[in-house]
Amino acid sequence: MNESVRSVLLVGVGGQGTIMASDILSAVMISAGFDAKKSEVHGMAQRGGCVSSHVRFGRKVYSPLAGKGDVDVLVSFEKLETLRYLEYLKPDGKIIINNEEIYPPSVNLGDTAYPSDTIDFIKKHFKDVKVVDATAMALRSGDKRMANTVILGVLSSYLDIEADIWEDVLKESFPAKILEGNIKAFRLGRGE
Amino acid sequence: MKELMSGNEAIARGAYEHGITFASAYPGTPSTEIMEEFAQYDGVYAEWCPNEKVALEVGIGAALGGARALVVMKHVGVNVAADPLFTVSYTGIEGGLVIISADDPSMHSSQNEQDNRNYAKAAKIPMLEPSDSSEAKEFIKIAFRMSEEFDTPVFLRTTTRVSHSKSVVELEDPKPCEEKRGTRYDPSKYVMVPAKARQRRIVVEKRMEKLSEFAETFSENRMEINDTKIGIITAGMPYNYAKDAFPGYSYLKLGMVHPLPRDLIREFATKVEKLYVAEELDPFIEEQVRAMGIDVVGKEVFPYTGEFDPGTVKKAMTGNESAGGNLPDLPLPQRPPNLCPGCPHRGLFYVLGKLKVFVTGDIGCYTLAFMKPLEGMGSTICMGASIGMAHGMDKALEENGKVVGVIGDSTFIHSGITPLLNMVYNRSNAVVIICDNRTTAMTGMQENPATGFTLQGKATKALDFVELARVLGIDNVRVVDPFDMKTTRRAIKEELSREGPSLIISRAPCALLAVKQKLPGRTPLRVDPDKCNGCKACLGLGCPPISWKRFEDMDVKIEKKTKKQEGIAFIDSALCNGCTLCQQLCSAGAIEEVVENE
Repeated sequence: MNESVRSVLLVGVGGQGTIMASDILSAVMISAGFDAKKSEVHGMAQRGGCVSSHVRFGRKVYSPLAGKGDVDVLVSFEKLETLRYLEYLKPDGKIIINNEEIYPPSVNLGDTAYPSDTIDFIKKHFKDVKVVDATAMALRSGDKRMANTVILGVLSSYLDIEADIWEDVLKESFPAKILEGNIKAFRLGRGE
Repeated sequence: MKELMSGNEAIARGAYEHGITFASAYPGTPSTEIMEEFAQYDGVYAEWCPNEKVALEVGIGAALGGARALVVMKHVGVNVAADPLFTVSYTGIEGGLVIISADDPSMHSSQNEQDNRNYAKAAKIPMLEPSDSSEAKEFIKIAFRMSEEFDTPVFLRTTTRVSHSKSVVELEDPKPCEEKRGTRYDPSKYVMVPAKARQRRIVVEKRMEKLSEFAETFSENRMEINDTKIGIITAGMPYNYAKDAFPGYSYLKLGMVHPLPRDLIREFATKVEKLYVAEELDPFIEEQVRAMGIDVVGKEVFPYTGEFDPGTVKKAMTGNESAGGNLPDLPLPQRPPNLCPGCPHRGLFYVLGKLKVFVTGDIGCYTLAFMKPLEGMGSTICMGASIGMAHGMDKALEENGKVVGVIGDSTFIHSGITPLLNMVYNRSNAVVIICDNRTTAMTGMQENPATGFTLQGKATKALDFVELARVLGIDNVRVVDPFDMKTTRRAIKEELSREGPSLIISRAPCALLAVKQKLPGRTPLRVDPDKCNGCKACLGLGCPPISWKRFEDMDVKIEKKTKKQEGIAFIDSALCNGCTLCQQLCSAGAIEEVVENE
């Protein structure tokens, strides 16, 4: 393992903006002077399936995919999805969880139950776990669809990159009419 | 200028920078974005074709007319294009011809994970394989230069991770590309009757010899000599996984996977103590290295199936698996992709799932209808197979009214017309349904010959399925609205009871297309908890906004309508498209429109 390369794995459900968030993160890393690669699978994403996107950055990045046990920060936009990807984390890896539940079809049908003690389970196995009420915070910024920007704000406080670089990339990523709200959402997440 | 680009964007950019102005393709994951990107550059011509065979023939024609032509398809598309492929290898070209084969290890969005490097070998066509976006942009240019220099079509192979991962690319200005467009009469080169083909067959072998010599000095076949205890021969994305896992070992990184540089491989083998080949899918390089009498470790440690990641390579070469924490196995509910809320396929497949028929299916979003609770599809093989299979099964069963073939509009155009003609010719009694959602939905809403627009947005004739069916000789043709389940069910039952082939066109626009085209929306629905009797009929649609709430999990007390009632259905109105299918199934009349300002 190339020790200088760091990995963030962003996971969620199709339609939550997981891929957009990973695009922003990788653009930030390039702006900050790192080499960066990112990878996700397209195709089925729009149809409510699982979405995962790897972002890796460092002096020189070869693989766009992190292996199991390689990930420094797992960013999960949905509670259940966090559990699916825990094995990708380093033993001392950090976790950011959006406190949101989206039921998969089998739960909707009443065939299986949505796991109830997710957060406790995760906290038992990992030390650094942050649960974020991103949807509620996004509502305070004006639109619950900005939940992923709140989460990016939280993530930014885990990575040693200046806020200006993040905000410059946000300015390039959002159309003018929703930019202000997204900057607000980002700052809320970052804790400013 | 530096930019983060996907492999697909980089291929399009590279073609544009190289002055390529002609491209043809059929969409297919993971290749689709190459054409969507390329079509937007200034001064280029790009078209969606009905299928990959046509796309390649269009490319061959353009190349014979002196153009440098780019032809793009996913791995299984090369199967469709294989017929012209094997012979254009004999004729060579006038301009240039590069074929992109986008393979899909792990089958993220495919029905098989064939390794198309085998096509390069079988068709005697050189193949380049980039490992990231920067190489993708460079290799497309090299591919065109090779095509011209060696008078041959050239393959550029990507895998999903190259096509869809983003990495840094240095943008360059486009160079004007001088092409001598025009025709030249040369039947001994282009009329492949046996006598001429036999002569060209020899030319092909000589060309392969020259390409093998070229491979020895090709700068993208390169040795990286570090620690010589272990040497790894690799190409494409697996190179990155191996470098990530073992940056200190020695590498022979192949930019060209066919033909292989045999002398270079021998030289590399002598420099290292232990030799590995790290390649996804088939032991394509490994077998050739072994055939040279060189001892190598390959598929005895590396998996045959699925894509790799750095962990796969590490585990294969050390036997150790690195994993985070010691986690117990959790039984997690799966989250498969689902038909969208308001999808026009849902009503059709609900009806089909309730009929006692075997449904031969096809490739598209509607393939998802095989899952619970719809269970409306019994087979899926390849593009167009639904119709031929429905006919074959109908003949084998010798019993009327048992088989329905279901196919999407773009898939029907791709390869459904010929088998439909066969049904007429051979007096079939099967029923075919075209799920006509007015777009190529699965790959992201591309235009097709029935939409009335070209890839570059020009208005054109739109294929009329009803007229087409009549001309083919189908007497029983009808159009139904799949959002009206009663009528749809009656229509299918009537056609199943008839003699002779029937065609039903189930027509309503894709829910995402309706949003894109800003078609008027429908009012979302809700469940009146005081009317719902908990019969669960609506849950049978498997519609994402509809869920089941058990009484014991609810905060409010709701009166039971029957003794056995255990809960009520719930509709998330924020997700609901208002398509009314659930309303049609609700015998209690509990599903109603959401009143605004509620």
